Amino acid sequence: MKKINAMFKRLAARGEKALIPYITAGDPSLALSRELVLEMAGRGADLIELGIPFSDPLADGPTIQAACQRALKQEVNLPKILDLVRTLRQDTEIPLVLMGYYNPILAYGLDRLARDAAEAGVDGFIIPDLPGEEARDWHRAACDAGLAPIFLAAPTSGPARIRKIGSLTRGFLYYVSVTGITGARAGLPEDLKTALAEVRQLVTCPLAVGFGISTPEQVRDLAPLVDGVVVGSAIVQKIACRTDAAMVKEIGDFIAELKAPLRSGQ
Amino acid sequence: MLPDKHGHFGQFGGRFVPETLMPALLELEKAYSRIRRDPDFRKELAGLLKDYVGRPSPLYFAQHLTQALGGPKIYLKREDLNHTGAHKINNTLGQGLLARRMGKKRVIAETGAGQHGVATATVAALLGMECDIYMGTEDIRRQRLNVIRMKLLGAQVIPVESGSCTLKDAMNEAIRDWVTNVRHTHYVIGSVAGPHPYPRLVRDFQSVIGREAKVQMRQAEGRLPDCLVACVGGGSNAMGLFYPFLKDPVRFIGVEAAGHGLESGRHSATLVAGAVGVLHGACSYLLQDPWGNIREAHSLAPGLDYPGVGPEHSYFKETGRAEYVAINDEEALEGFKILARTEGILPALESAHAVAYVQKHAKEFKDGELVVINLSGRGDKDVEAVSEILEQS
Repeated sequence: MKKINAMFKRLAARGEKALIPYITAGDPSLALSRELVLEMAGRGADLIELGIPFSDPLADGPTIQAACQRALKQEVNLPKILDLVRTLRQDTEIPLVLMGYYNPILAYGLDRLARDAAEAGVDGFIIPDLPGEEARDWHRAACDAGLAPIFLAAPTSGPARIRKIGSLTRGFLYYVSVTGITGARAGLPEDLKTALAEVRQLVTCPLAVGFGISTPEQVRDLAPLVDGVVVGSAIVQKIACRTDAAMVKEIGDFIAELKAPLRSGQ
Repeated sequence: MLPDKHGHFGQFGGRFVPETLMPALLELEKAYSRIRRDPDFRKELAGLLKDYVGRPSPLYFAQHLTQALGGPKIYLKREDLNHTGAHKINNTLGQGLLARRMGKKRVIAETGAGQHGVATATVAALLGMECDIYMGTEDIRRQRLNVIRMKLLGAQVIPVESGSCTLKDAMNEAIRDWVTNVRHTHYVIGSVAGPHPYPRLVRDFQSVIGREAKVQMRQAEGRLPDCLVACVGGGSNAMGLFYPFLKDPVRFIGVEAAGHGLESGRHSATLVAGAVGVLHGACSYLLQDPWGNIREAHSLAPGLDYPGVGPEHSYFKETGRAEYVAINDEEALEGFKILARTEGILPALESAHAVAYVQKHAKEFKDGELVVINLSGRGDKDVEAVSEILEQS
């Protein structure tokens, strides 16, 4: 949790915004996930989300569904992802957040997972199918272990819920840009900017926006309204099935392009 | 009374959904608690259940089956005689009227056997609503006739080609649609499963089965039945029969699908052989691997081919209020055959599991015991699949 807070503070002092890329851990392999994290960290990512593959990712579109399937074929599971984080911590201090559905987390055990993840070097968790109402045990377990339980707000939430979620979340508030599932989109909702300006008034924590954001132009457009931008499916699409060395470099170039409009003075 | 105000049945139930859907669930809960007390709504629903569905469905004394098995006195609750051929219409009619009062113009649903899809498409046609049905490609193959029925009723059938291509995957896809179109779409969940308030709402709409059975048994025998038997996939027909007898000294037996056998791993016996977890919005028993990924279910009966189960059944299991057992594919076929031959009734393969349980355990009942089997659907939809299997053997 501390590393996430420090990162947002450091960037804010410089007038800079965070780039938050997402990849599914183990897609196409755990070894390449490791290389991808290090490449992204070196090319401008400020926090990295590692997806925990799940058999039934019901908030995700086809791109991340397929990535989950590829990772599950490699028999990737939570213990292996914690091992990945452990080896990454030998080489990078970038904040790492695991994003995954509740059942695998429940199956591991809430308290045990919070302890093991913190010990491995994880900084927080995003659980898209765990709304605040059902999160009491997890919130306590995560906070006790020093992990940030990060919650999402949506265009359907309305001011009262957003205020509540804003006081519950740690690290940052993840605002879902669209009424829908994950996936790269050509256009974002017209009222997104107005919505983000409203959310800004309702919460005091750092604010990141995600879902559907796929180009440097979209990032540039949203940067002034938020503290961070999440890009997922657009990166996962570029990874899709490729295992060649050029792929890692290409992702690095894409990260650099996405980060450019988030640097100060842009 | 359960569920509590957060939708929990003990440790089970709840609302484990993306934030986007939370406001819709809260709105549905609020609308339902207002509308269900509305005399106009109750009158409209009761009128349609009577004149459109054909309720009350008979409680039929199955004399020949009783004689053939030499066990308890067997009554059949004839939900198979409802319009559209199954109990599903009790719920879709209720939810359809509710959705219309909430101003929703479009309904979506998941379907396994196709019975819930047909019942939803039927109500959408009746109420003039747009209707999309999600169905796994494996089920589309197995239940061709129901696909044709849905299309004739004006619904769009959307094939789902992920995972095992069955009910679970259809439900994933329906939830994804709902997340995207939640502002003008009502999701008609077909079982006592899913996030709160669905398990309660579907239970309420299906409870007409048990309420009628109670009155009918009093008329026929002058007393309560001793035992109720129903198949359990998600568990809506079982809950509908059981719930009105909750406080009565009546045994509840829920029959799950053992598929190729519990030891084979290819089954749908969630309560008998699963573990507690969260899927499709609720905490309940699930079929899952050690890492919490959902296992593919298997059953000859597409309506039982689901790796989850309604949370209140999990609660009944935990508290011991109901017993849950499993019947395999082969035994279910025997149940199908004996009901056809003795009573001239082709049961749905799902309901045949309940018949098969009584067939297998007839001698364990005491003489004169009264058993009600919920005949949740008719077997016309399964004729092709059953004849294929019988020809092979």
